[in-house]
Order: sequence, then structure tokens, then C-alpha cells
Amino acid sequence: MSEIADLPLWAAIPVAVFLLIGSGLALIGSFGFYRLPNFYDRIHAPTLGTSWGAGGIIIASMIFFTVLDTRLVIHEILLGVFVTITTPVTLMLLGRAALYRDRSEGSKEVPAMDPSPGVLDEAEPVTSEEEDAARNPDRASE
Amino acid sequence: MSALILTWAITIAQLALAVAMVLALTRMIRGPRAQDRVLGLDTLYVNSMLQLVVYGMRSGHVLYFEVALIIGILGFVATVALAKFLMRGEVIE
Repeated sequence: MSEIADLPLWAAIPVAVFLLIGSGLALIGSFGFYRLPNFYDRIHAPTLGTSWGAGGIIIASMIFFTVLDTRLVIHEILLGVFVTITTPVTLMLLGRAALYRDRSEGSKEVPAMDPSPGVLDEAEPVTSEEEDAARNPDRASE
Repeated sequence: MSALILTWAITIAQLALAVAMVLALTRMIRGPRAQDRVLGLDTLYVNSMLQLVVYGMRSGHVLYFEVALIIGILGFVATVALAKFLMRGEVIE
């Protein structure tokens, strides 16, 4: 606790404000994830925690250690960049997996797959072997 | 004065993140489907990563940053593998 007391007041106030913003938004995101009725509604809620929740806490930590050590400490920005890059990837993969599962079960909540080929990439018009044979017939004879 | 402000802010942040972890864990246990459980695990990973950053500020050590980084990377890999499993039924084809 003695290290916290070394921080001057002008730095303690923004650190506290960013900490409360970040943790409050992470709490709101998890609460929405708990309360919302549908999976496709729920998948939006945790992004509050990963965007400004992580951002606020990381900014607070950067200010805290920079003022405490009297040198520039910004390695926490690595966490922020990593979370910002990976969250859309995971949520898009999960959303596609959930859509695929709901469609293969014939659920009424999601629109059915369009039967015309090329509208969705899940509908493969021709099998790959036939496409290869049509594209280069000399290799198909081997 | 600054110690008072910071101690209260860090305590409130730790409590809020703990409640967020409990909410994500509840959704992970209750389901109702597999994709809800995977998304609950992902939210739990992110909240525990933030919890470790806040605990690093409380203890004054930079050590907890590396632990938070490892948790973030493992959470990303785990969620991608589980989403691939939900999509295809197997991870490595």
C-alpha cells in the first residue's frame, strides 16, 4: 500500500476515473450477456467489456505505472491491441458456427439458407473434383 | 488523499469485475446451448484478464501483466478452437 500513497493527487484522479469507467463497462457487458434473451442478442454484449472495458483499465494502468516509475510504461498497450484484434475474429467465428448449427437443425429463428447457389458460400454448387476436371482436363486423366 | 481515492477505486473495480466473472460463469453453466457456453468462457477469460491487470495495480508489481497476456492469448486460441469444433465437429482436419 505504500506505493499507492506515493502517487500525486493529479494522477490519482484520472486513474480512478478510468478504472471505474472500464470496470463498470465490463460489468454492464457481462450483465447484458447474462440477461439478453437470444444468442444473437447476447453475442453483442461482451464487446462492451473488450472495447472500452479493457481500454479504460489499460489506460489507468499506463498512467499509474508511468507516474509511479517516472518513466514511460506503455507495455499494457500490447494487451489492448491484442484484445481489439482478436475479439472480432472470435465473435465472427462463433456467430457463423451458431448460424450453421441453427440452420442444420431447421430452427425457425434464423432465415433459411437461400437455395440459389452463390448467395451464401455454404452452398457449394459443384464438388471440387468436378471443378478441377472441368478446368484442366489433361490433369484429370492422370 | 490519493491513497484513499486509489484504494477505493481499485476495490470497486475488483468487485465489479468479480461480479462480471460470476455472471459469465453463470451463463456458461446454464447454457442453454453449446455456443452460449463457449461465449461465456470467452467473456470469463476477458474479465479475468482485466482482473489481473487491476490486481497488478493494487500490488504495484509489473509481473501480473505477463500473466494477463498469457490468459488473453490462451483465451483467443481456446475460443477459436471451440468455434471450429462447433462448426465442423473436429478441430484438426
